[in-house]
Amino acid sequence: MLNYTLRRFGLSIVIVAVAMSILFLMIHLVPGDPVTIALGPRATPEMREAYRARMGLDKPIHVQYVVFFANALRGDLGEDVFSQRAVTRIISEQLPHTAALVAAAIGWSALLGTVLGCFSAVHRNSFFDKFTGVITVGAIAVPSFVVSLYSLLIFAVMLKVLPAIGAGEPGDPLDQAEHLILPSFALGLGWVGYIARLVRASMLEVMGENYIRSARSYGLLERTVIYSYALKVAILPTVTLLGVGIGNLLSGALFAEIVFARPGIGKLIYDMVITRNYPVVQGAVLVTTALFVLCAMIADLVNASLDPRVRASL
Amino acid sequence: MSAPASESATPLEGATPAAHSERYATLRRMLREPLSILGLILVILLFIGALFAEYITPYSPTAIDVKARLAAPSFEHLLGTDQLGRDTFTRVLYGGRVALQVAAWSISLALSAGLILGMLAGYGPRWLDNALLLLFDSVRSFPTIMFALAIITLTGPSLNMVILVIVVTSIPVYARIVRTQTMSLKEQEFVLAARALGTGWFRILRVHFLPNVIGPLFILASMDIPVVVTIEAGLSFLGLGVRPPTPSWGSILGDGYAYIRATPWLVVAGGVPLILTTLGFTFMGEALRDVLDPRLRRTV
Repeated sequence: MLNYTLRRFGLSIVIVAVAMSILFLMIHLVPGDPVTIALGPRATPEMREAYRARMGLDKPIHVQYVVFFANALRGDLGEDVFSQRAVTRIISEQLPHTAALVAAAIGWSALLGTVLGCFSAVHRNSFFDKFTGVITVGAIAVPSFVVSLYSLLIFAVMLKVLPAIGAGEPGDPLDQAEHLILPSFALGLGWVGYIARLVRASMLEVMGENYIRSARSYGLLERTVIYSYALKVAILPTVTLLGVGIGNLLSGALFAEIVFARPGIGKLIYDMVITRNYPVVQGAVLVTTALFVLCAMIADLVNASLDPRVRASL
Repeated sequence: MSAPASESATPLEGATPAAHSERYATLRRMLREPLSILGLILVILLFIGALFAEYITPYSPTAIDVKARLAAPSFEHLLGTDQLGRDTFTRVLYGGRVALQVAAWSISLALSAGLILGMLAGYGPRWLDNALLLLFDSVRSFPTIMFALAIITLTGPSLNMVILVIVVTSIPVYARIVRTQTMSLKEQEFVLAARALGTGWFRILRVHFLPNVIGPLFILASMDIPVVVTIEAGLSFLGLGVRPPTPSWGSILGDGYAYIRATPWLVVAGGVPLILTTLGFTFMGEALRDVLDPRLRRTV
């Protein structure tokens, strides 16, 4: 296990490093000069030179590459073009809002998805199972930003029962929770589908195992067999999916944050794209990517600790 | 119109004499499921709307009529008008054209590149495999939308950039599947026999591997269409996809979001075709997969 953990950790670091290199190359090779993008076409040559020197863009490309890596390792992702605040600071202010949204979304969708999937598997081929099957495919297929827009339209604009904008008053948990309802509903809906399907499939597989037959033959209650024997094992693939899911939702949150004008990492990146504040975009994309890789790694490690066969595959 | 179904079915069945009747059997099996019929109908409607937009609606998608701005649906304007008085129904039809264009280009490009890179990784030397795998995993670690935002900040919004981003982020997915398939084929007897006869690697890949790996790939690609359509709409919604005044479902939704307190119709008109398209392709893709290759049910 230790061996696997170390190798998996090493792989994650290499992946982040390659991803950083791709990001770096993109900035320097893609047509479009970062200086013009940041300062606009009307900047004087002196302003350009000053900006170049301040951002280290006057140095040769390989030096810039090393500096970019060294700074990132020290936790320095550069500074905002306009306010000159540290990018890491700006990101750390926004991250908790996104984390709260992702946690709320994954929480309700995991709960409902597990219940639906489990129930469908137990009542296989019943009307309920078929109905859930259609609903889950639908939930997966409908784009989450359309769900965001429609729930904004229905509950906030037409019915006016839930707040439409922002994250709520700081220091007022009830208000903040109220502001979480619509975005987390929109963000989590697709995951209800994913989780329900996965739980159903793995429940069906587990229910056919011998130890379930033994448990039944001991005369245990069907309820006990299902919930304390079968579901306990069937839930494991879902745990792995959740790891990937949290990583995905970190970026999926972008649309919900924009539609509901909620602060967060996605809204930050979007706003900075609009104002062409490149260092912040780059830093925030890097942080999100690193978090994504981290979540995938944790999911793999959990999976490996549960299933020895996984350890051999790396 | 059975084009999407038979297109994907053809490479699976190969050029045997029985292929013709087999293809119809596949189609018949698909049409037994009510949901796949629904999917097929939705997809056909989308194609008709996009291809024959000029004949269905008398308006131009970019003609401005300020006097009729933000109108509610009427016989004159079936889905109302937007903030510039453009007919929303017309823009929805032409928007379907953009969605299909992006899906066709990005999926066929990603599929070809993924096929080549995947076969190289699976059949080539070990170091190449490792290098490609690392590259695939790194590219996949960028969340698609974030990747798009980072690159479009630099280049400015355009449909070509949207396609490029989708291609770059989907190549690893296809390539990984092709690689796994190639590796499992590598040790099969017919491949060993071909190698023993002195067949070159290019011919082995083309004649022996390609027909075997392409089937599952087509099914996956058909299931990817809704994802691609969603990405295009999402980026256009953010103003990073098509440039105005080109209509796209995403840009209609973007206009609708800006005027959501003035009229609900723009959001409704932009969202419904998007939902119906993703549902249509999803139902159809699932039916195709279940009929053609039930083994994939586990992996997808």
